[in-house]
Amino acid sequence: MTEPLTIAVSKGRIFKDSLPLLAHAGIELVDDPETSRKLILDTTRPEVKIVIIRTIDVPTYVQYGAADLGIAGKDILLEHGGQGLYEPLDLKIARCRLMVAGRPGGDQAAGRLRIATKYVQSARNHYAGKGRQVEVIKLYGSMELAPLVGLSDLIVDLVDTGNTLKANGLVPLEHIADISSRLVVNKAAMKMKHTAINDFIGLLGEAVEQRNS
Amino acid sequence: MSAINHWLLPEGIEEVLPEQAWRIEQLRRCLLDTYRSWGYQLIIPPMIEFLESLLTGAGNDLDLQTFKLIDQQSGRMLGLRADMTPQAARIDAHSLKREAPTRLCYLGSVLHTRPDGFAGSRSPLQVGAELFGHAGMESDIEIIGLMLETLRLTGIEEVHMDLGHVGIFRGLARAAGLGPDAEADLFDVLQRKAIPEIEGLLGGMDLSGSQGEAFARLAELHGGREVLERARELYRDIAQVQAALDNLAAIGETVHARWPQLPVNYDLAELRGYAYQTGVVFAAFTPGCGQEVARGGRYDKIGEIFGRARPATGFSADLKTLMALSRLESPAAGAIYAPAQDDAGLAARVRELRAQGEQVIQGLPGEAGDPQSLGCDRRLELRDSVWEVREL
Repeated sequence: MTEPLTIAVSKGRIFKDSLPLLAHAGIELVDDPETSRKLILDTTRPEVKIVIIRTIDVPTYVQYGAADLGIAGKDILLEHGGQGLYEPLDLKIARCRLMVAGRPGGDQAAGRLRIATKYVQSARNHYAGKGRQVEVIKLYGSMELAPLVGLSDLIVDLVDTGNTLKANGLVPLEHIADISSRLVVNKAAMKMKHTAINDFIGLLGEAVEQRNS
Repeated sequence: MSAINHWLLPEGIEEVLPEQAWRIEQLRRCLLDTYRSWGYQLIIPPMIEFLESLLTGAGNDLDLQTFKLIDQQSGRMLGLRADMTPQAARIDAHSLKREAPTRLCYLGSVLHTRPDGFAGSRSPLQVGAELFGHAGMESDIEIIGLMLETLRLTGIEEVHMDLGHVGIFRGLARAAGLGPDAEADLFDVLQRKAIPEIEGLLGGMDLSGSQGEAFARLAELHGGREVLERARELYRDIAQVQAALDNLAAIGETVHARWPQLPVNYDLAELRGYAYQTGVVFAAFTPGCGQEVARGGRYDKIGEIFGRARPATGFSADLKTLMALSRLESPAAGAIYAPAQDDAGLAARVRELRAQGEQVIQGLPGEAGDPQSLGCDRRLELRDSVWEVREL
């Protein structure tokens, strides 16, 4: 199997948790991403390269075939919409929940709720599903601040341990979705390199099973 | 900001500049000549039509893709064509009304409200061919052959073929008695091969274990020829699915036999154009492009609303996308410069050279730049009262 494969991964938690899974597929990094300034990293399998990009860009790279495969959180895929991508495998890493949070009873406010979030589509879909019209305010970070300073009534954000919420006097109010990282595959790559990619998915699937058993 | 950028084009709308435009025109001629040699007759459908006829049978996707405006004369809604296939179907069913198989081809601009594809274009140059009036796999093979020929002529060397059949999912949905909502939900997850989500979705549906299993396995049925065997085994009790598999296998065998070098991928969950496709669906991929470069398939019902349901199969592609991937070298023959002189001998010589197919550019008195900047590599010079072509 010599067909070149490019895998897009984002730095941080997803990257750290992906490494053991990739290792099971015989893919280990030659360069250390923490110290290397390279954006395209070589691996122990010469035909496999890893590109390190921002998590929000992973679906875009894979959709247009700039990378054959990618690892992205379901939160990002929900925002992206998932067009032009296959999501064949749940890697069960970087698990958390997408939730509505706010001050206790914050969702009881009358009138149109203001929701601060990075996840505009997911927030809109969630409230549309409940039949409630809301104003969504797009923020890029420090969501927890918004209800404290009166910018919004509620937030929609990823919740892991809930400690940040607690420290700011906020509580989780509604569960929207369970989030974990998914393997995404470019459609054309799946069709043109199906042997290489199916093998890779198989090995990764094995690694996920072992890790969770 | 007070200044308006008068040069700015709307997003996804592009102009094609001289060299590229000429390459496209050459390819256009070459393709239409080829289609003609295969017996495909050229049609020029209108750019604008009543919306209902444009959207016939094509479903919601095309509706969102179509620019709309009101016809001042009739008060009815008009659409700017986003796809020429329904127009060809209308021409076959209503305008031509032939009994014999009808072969039509077309090439023209279409407009999309939203950019799709890698280049984000909203104004593709659609080229395609349709064969109406024959339900057998032989017409599908002919269309596949013409699609591959189109790619070859365009200079796209490494082509991968993807084959699927919408009858498989449709058969499974019918056997399981799925309602339209459940079918749409499953369609969505299958299009994304989101295997982790399929199981959750099936859990909420009223299906028996084996029916659920049938859908869950479908997302994994892609790869080489062996997937057809696996599908046969899995779905051996469902006659409609078996019929679809037989059809797909027969087409696949013929493709393998006729184009032995062509890599073929089977994808039984590929449901491109599910709203109107009725049989085999196929697409061509090429390395360097993350999306399909040409697509097609069978759509037997679309002519019904125009008065006649005829079996139909066809393919289409965007010529601009094909050009961008093309390896064709355009021969860079320069032009001949004719000096700005009023001379009968010169005029006669220019006429003669042009008749031979040479490009001759008439110099203008007092013009800026030299002959090279006009794209000339030769010039006409008077030697011994004869106008001779000399290298610059």
